Amino acid sequence: MNPRPGFVLEVDRSTPPTLMWKGESFGLQKLPTGSRIVYAPEPFDALEDPQGAIRDALENPTGDQKPLSALLFAGMRLTICFDDISLPLPPMLAPDIRQMVIEAVLDQAAESGVDDVVLIAALALHRRMTEPELRHALGSRVYDAFAPHGLLMQHDAEDPSNLIHLGQTDHGEDVEINKRAAESDLLVYVNINLVAMDGGHKSVATGLASYKSLRHHHNPKTMRHSKSFMHAPSSELHSANWRMGRLIKDSGVNIFQIETTLNTNTFPESFQFLQKREWEWGIKDRMAFAASSRALDLAPRKMARNILQGIKAPHALRTVYAGEVEAVHEKITADVWEQQGVAVSGQTDIVTMGLPYISPYNVNSIMNPILVACLGLGYFFNSYRGKPVVREGGVAILFHPTRPEFHPGHHPSYIDFFEQVLTETTDPVVMSERYEEAYATDPWYIHLYRTGHAYHGVHPFYMWYWCSHAMEHLSKVIIVGGDPATVRRLGFQSATTLDDALEMAKDSVGMSPTITHLHTPPLLMADVT
Amino acid sequence: MKALIIERKVSRFAAARLVSSFGSGRGAALGPLRLFDTPAPKDLGPGWFSVTPVLAGICGSDLATVDGRSSHYFEHLVSFPFVPGHEVLGVMNEAGFDAFGDPLLEGDRVVLQPVLGCAARGIQLCDACREGDVGRCQFLNVGHIRAGLQTGYCADTGGGWSEGPLRAHQSQLYKVPDALSDDDAVTIEPMACALHGALRAHHSGSSTVAVLGAGTLGLGVVAAFAFLAATGRSPRPSRLIVGARYPSQRAVAKHLGADEAVPTDQLARSVRMATRSMISGKSNGKMGPLTGGADIVIDCVGSAESLKESLEIVAPGGRIVMIGMPGKVNVDLAGLWQREVEIVGAYAYGVEHLDGVTVPTFSLAMEMVAHHHTGTLVSAHYPIDRFEEALAHAGAAGPRGAVKIVFDLGRKKATEKKEG
Ligand SMILES: [Zn+2]
Repeated sequence: MNPRPGFVLEVDRSTPPTLMWKGESFGLQKLPTGSRIVYAPEPFDALEDPQGAIRDALENPTGDQKPLSALLFAGMRLTICFDDISLPLPPMLAPDIRQMVIEAVLDQAAESGVDDVVLIAALALHRRMTEPELRHALGSRVYDAFAPHGLLMQHDAEDPSNLIHLGQTDHGEDVEINKRAAESDLLVYVNINLVAMDGGHKSVATGLASYKSLRHHHNPKTMRHSKSFMHAPSSELHSANWRMGRLIKDSGVNIFQIETTLNTNTFPESFQFLQKREWEWGIKDRMAFAASSRALDLAPRKMARNILQGIKAPHALRTVYAGEVEAVHEKITADVWEQQGVAVSGQTDIVTMGLPYISPYNVNSIMNPILVACLGLGYFFNSYRGKPVVREGGVAILFHPTRPEFHPGHHPSYIDFFEQVLTETTDPVVMSERYEEAYATDPWYIHLYRTGHAYHGVHPFYMWYWCSHAMEHLSKVIIVGGDPATVRRLGFQSATTLDDALEMAKDSVGMSPTITHLHTPPLLMADVT
Repeated sequence: MKALIIERKVSRFAAARLVSSFGSGRGAALGPLRLFDTPAPKDLGPGWFSVTPVLAGICGSDLATVDGRSSHYFEHLVSFPFVPGHEVLGVMNEAGFDAFGDPLLEGDRVVLQPVLGCAARGIQLCDACREGDVGRCQFLNVGHIRAGLQTGYCADTGGGWSEGPLRAHQSQLYKVPDALSDDDAVTIEPMACALHGALRAHHSGSSTVAVLGAGTLGLGVVAAFAFLAATGRSPRPSRLIVGARYPSQRAVAKHLGADEAVPTDQLARSVRMATRSMISGKSNGKMGPLTGGADIVIDCVGSAESLKESLEIVAPGGRIVMIGMPGKVNVDLAGLWQREVEIVGAYAYGVEHLDGVTVPTFSLAMEMVAHHHTGTLVSAHYPIDRFEEALAHAGAAGPRGAVKIVFDLGRKKATEKKEG
């Protein structure tokens, strides 16, 4: 049976209330009659033989690249890079897709007599993964074969001895990436294409880059001109990565790109109701909702967080392609759209979103206020093709408690960013001029990034820049249930209920605005016409 | 005349200590301070004049005394019973002379430089007093008047918290310029302390200065750096960061010229960021000591916690200036030794040496008060009858959005400026 596609529901009097995420809890929310709810397509079926599909992709490459076995030879230097903890969301049940792909690549390498193999987590400026996280992503067999010998590395964007400058693009962008990866005879990159902006040239050009290189596209100007990060033709970020990727290729770096899509089977059995349509909830779903929402509301915050962060998604491999970067990426992006795309006709005055407990940057961590903004205005707002779901001058209403809580080990510079930068300005351009360099070059942050498990000092700026397209596009951002002082610090407005928020939105969108709710997760991408 | 008086009654000091644990200034209710009808102090001889207080401030050291929290160190530097109050604006009841030997007329407004040094005591001037550096006088309990480091701690002179006259020595008297309001004038004494403390920092234009605490003294220190820079007397510190508990204090600190004014628990974070230091030790929830830090920390609190924090955020080779009156503290000084940190006291005032010019701190303070109009820091006036309320207000000034609380000795009704 084919899964049902995504669709847009119009709320009438008989529509049951809709599930609304509020960070580390969720509830049911009645939306005004006439509102639209955008539902994600149902998850596609899992591949029956994922290992077979992976082997098949490695031997039948896409685009102008040889089969993997033809690229492997004894005495060569092979480097396998892989996406970090930020993907997929939530983390998937073992075996992780990275483990499956890397085991297949290693089997081939062993057959070909390759013995100089290094694995690198492509962190860019993300935090280093912990041993349990690495074991989960790679499987203990791979971990134990590489880590004890120093052959499992995490990319260090601040280690000059392990970076190489390959040149400048015709736009004057420095391309500086991981030296071991660049100097290998073959660089295999293992992607998880959770959303359309993942993968392609971004994998190497961003995931393995230095700060010096990243700053050319991770800045307010580029990010603001990336209308929909998910839709390549209108994304400046994409263009910059493509220029850099082509330079990397022209420098002689031989990349064998492996990209994968997972289905959007996001929640395990006990939480399946979270991805079902409310009117189809059975007795079991209703009981599970009642029990879990009550438990999360009553549990101490730390416990609620642990319960949710402990969720492992039953994601399954749906498609896999390997070969030349651009050709592979084109195919995979089409698959992502097929799984996540929903046709939405016409923009709305108000978009509402319930923000869940997790974003790419707080796996096993805390979703701090900056990440709240980023999930709503960076991630979800930009999940469109054509034009944003909400019209220019419209209003975004987010549901999230937005507490001033931070993970001191993972997000140390976020605390300073919140206390120092945001008390002075929320303008991405002003903050980039006034503060970015101090944060990016701060020796303590660099130390924590390199030796601890901290995001790079500059990372909160990138999160904020990512919101800049939405902030410019919208006339107002309202957070329902958010800590008022924190919400104000972010430059947004806080409301206690949806009704309050709608009242506050009136002066921007009039007395009878159109409302569209994004029912996500599971992830969806709006094809707005 | 009505005056507030502190007597030596051990039981009352003990009661005050107990009560004040519920909030600074609360000791007034049960403590050693009582309102009496009392004769005016006797004439103390040539050079002494009768002055009637107009406004008298309540300062942190007064609260400590009233609450029974003062260090035993001061036992030999006070004489009981005494009328407190050393931040005094008054009027001359007779013609006289000021500290420079210039004539004063009856009715002239004067502020008291309250130190009772060698000149006031009628003895041969000690080395410090000869230089005008009265704060460092070494003979505070000898001479023809009884012990007392300042007016407001001496049994013979009277003090500011009194409706009737006190006795002031010529060496203590400074004429108030007409341009200063009464509120401005009553802040001259605390601003002189702040100015002296700021100058004890020996900062340069490349110094990062952290100020801990933003009551009258902390805000005064910020004002002092701004004033010294504006008048070309010393460079602005490269960065001036203030840790203040209350939002109103942070707003005033910024207004007076702080680059950053952050909540107290954010000061270490801010100093780290500004000085690009690392953090040593574990960062489990709380930050450990900085590996670098501020060149100068000005501790305007004077508690064990504030000194500990000062030591954690001061740079190696740096300097901690203690302006807030400390007492007995239990602090680990290993870092001070290993990092060659200096801790210096900054008590009162005397003379300042600026570019080879020696000028009394009080004269400089008057200029600074005129520059900033620090009378705006006076938040409420109380009649002496309502001293319990006044002291409670002073003890809770920060949380109530207030800075300086004063007694208005001519008035019968309390007035409070609009807060916020
Ligand atoms: Zn002397």
